Amino acid sequence: MSRLIESTLRRFARALSDALISEQIATRRGLLQSLDARVRVLALFALVLAVLLSRRILIIAALLAVAALLALASRVSLGLLAKRVWLVALGFTGIIAIPALFITPGPPLGKFASMTSTGLRSAILLITRVETAATLTTLLVLTTPWNYLLKALRELKLPAEVVTVLAMTHRYIFLLIESANQMFESRQSRMVGVLSSAEQRRMTARTAGVLLSKSIELSQDVYLAMQSRGFRGEVHALAGSRMTAHDFAALALAILAATAAVWIGR
Amino acid sequence: MTIAFRASGVNFDYQGVHALRGLSLEVGQGERIALLGANGCGKSTLLRILDGLCFPSRGTIEFCGQALTRDSLDREDFALQFRRRVALVFQNPDAQLFNPTVFDEVAYGPLQLRWPHLDVVRRVDETLAFMGIVALKERPPYRLSGGEKKKVALASVIVLDPEVLLLDEPTATLDPRSQSQLVDLIQNWRGTTKTVVTATHQIDIVEDIADRVIVMDAGAVIATGTPQEILSNTELLQKANLVRMHRHSHDGVSHSHPHVTRHSHK
Repeated sequence: MSRLIESTLRRFARALSDALISEQIATRRGLLQSLDARVRVLALFALVLAVLLSRRILIIAALLAVAALLALASRVSLGLLAKRVWLVALGFTGIIAIPALFITPGPPLGKFASMTSTGLRSAILLITRVETAATLTTLLVLTTPWNYLLKALRELKLPAEVVTVLAMTHRYIFLLIESANQMFESRQSRMVGVLSSAEQRRMTARTAGVLLSKSIELSQDVYLAMQSRGFRGEVHALAGSRMTAHDFAALALAILAATAAVWIGR
Repeated sequence: MTIAFRASGVNFDYQGVHALRGLSLEVGQGERIALLGANGCGKSTLLRILDGLCFPSRGTIEFCGQALTRDSLDREDFALQFRRRVALVFQNPDAQLFNPTVFDEVAYGPLQLRWPHLDVVRRVDETLAFMGIVALKERPPYRLSGGEKKKVALASVIVLDPEVLLLDEPTATLDPRSQSQLVDLIQNWRGTTKTVVTATHQIDIVEDIADRVIVMDAGAVIATGTPQEILSNTELLQKANLVRMHRHSHDGVSHSHPHVTRHSHK
């Protein structure tokens, strides 16, 4: 049996199970989950902005601590964040940051003559920034059901067309994952032995081609279904609900914290 | 009887294939019609043409005496009125369910037809209750079963309370219970002003869902009549590839009969 098929099937299963876990977290009773989705978007966006504008590592680290506390208060386990965000971000950013240790001009770092202290500071700044911004963004996605997130974006005046495209991408990605999964499973059920790497590449290309034509056909049908129910080039949506005093207080606190972080960390 | 749809000499080509050839038919207001034919005979194409989603390459289509053309549907007043009065349920529910939640899906049509928002919310709630799917209200469509998807697709057009319902293989992929619920629903429209055109190849539900049957083969109408007239014409059903001769033996005596209804061997 081909290792490619097995690993692809494992990846499909992981993608679906990750989506399921996110949905479960979003329905838990927690701090972020109790806030209006618009407040979550604005508050976490303000904190991400503060992370990007702040130049002091300590301030960014403090914001990372705030993000971790928010996660705990929202019943998101730190283990999950470490697995999904911290290790992945460290891996990616680490590769980019390593050269900075050596090529950034500055005083040499003690015994490691080829490294500079300025380079080390730049590398740590980059890694903490990415870790903190990614943690805050992941918290938003984990604690907000996708439909509420889209609704919030719409109510925050993101064009309806953009929100519709995002909604459809999310909606149909699962359908296509399911289709691809079925295609790989049906191949697996009819295969004996190991595929050569050339055969594996051919099979992957064929699957991608079939999926592409399926998605084109589906997109044409979706457009017709939209037209059939009155779509004429502009999407009309329901007006949003009202925010509570609790929501306004949380938003004010987040903006205050973000402003303070930018001010102190400038 | 007032005519809802009149098709005269309709031809339609799809990717070099003649999907419809010189098709002519009339659908009276308040009629319940079954379009009966094997897969690929042009039923789905005809429904799309009746819904103004594609247009004949030759021939004409009229809706309540008005020509149904690209130009007429480009006029906003006619398009909004037509979409309000005529609705299509697609064969593949995944093409029709493109919104983030079931509630948004059912609300989509009324919103595009510019209904007041309070009316939309009230009407959606009523429709969800009528279809028995209130519990699915906040669920994303990709988490629904096949039967649930079909119900939501049906709810998304019933919410508009259209005068004409076009149903494309509505019972396909449904379990027996959901199938009989759907047949009951169509039966309940008997004697009302609602026009229902159902494309199907399931001959066992025809008597329940239609007062008149139109048999199609190779893109043309080959017969029309009451369900009893059509279903008793074995030769016609064989010609339309809707039944097959079944040869078997009892106590050494071999005989054959069409697989159309239940029978006993006495």
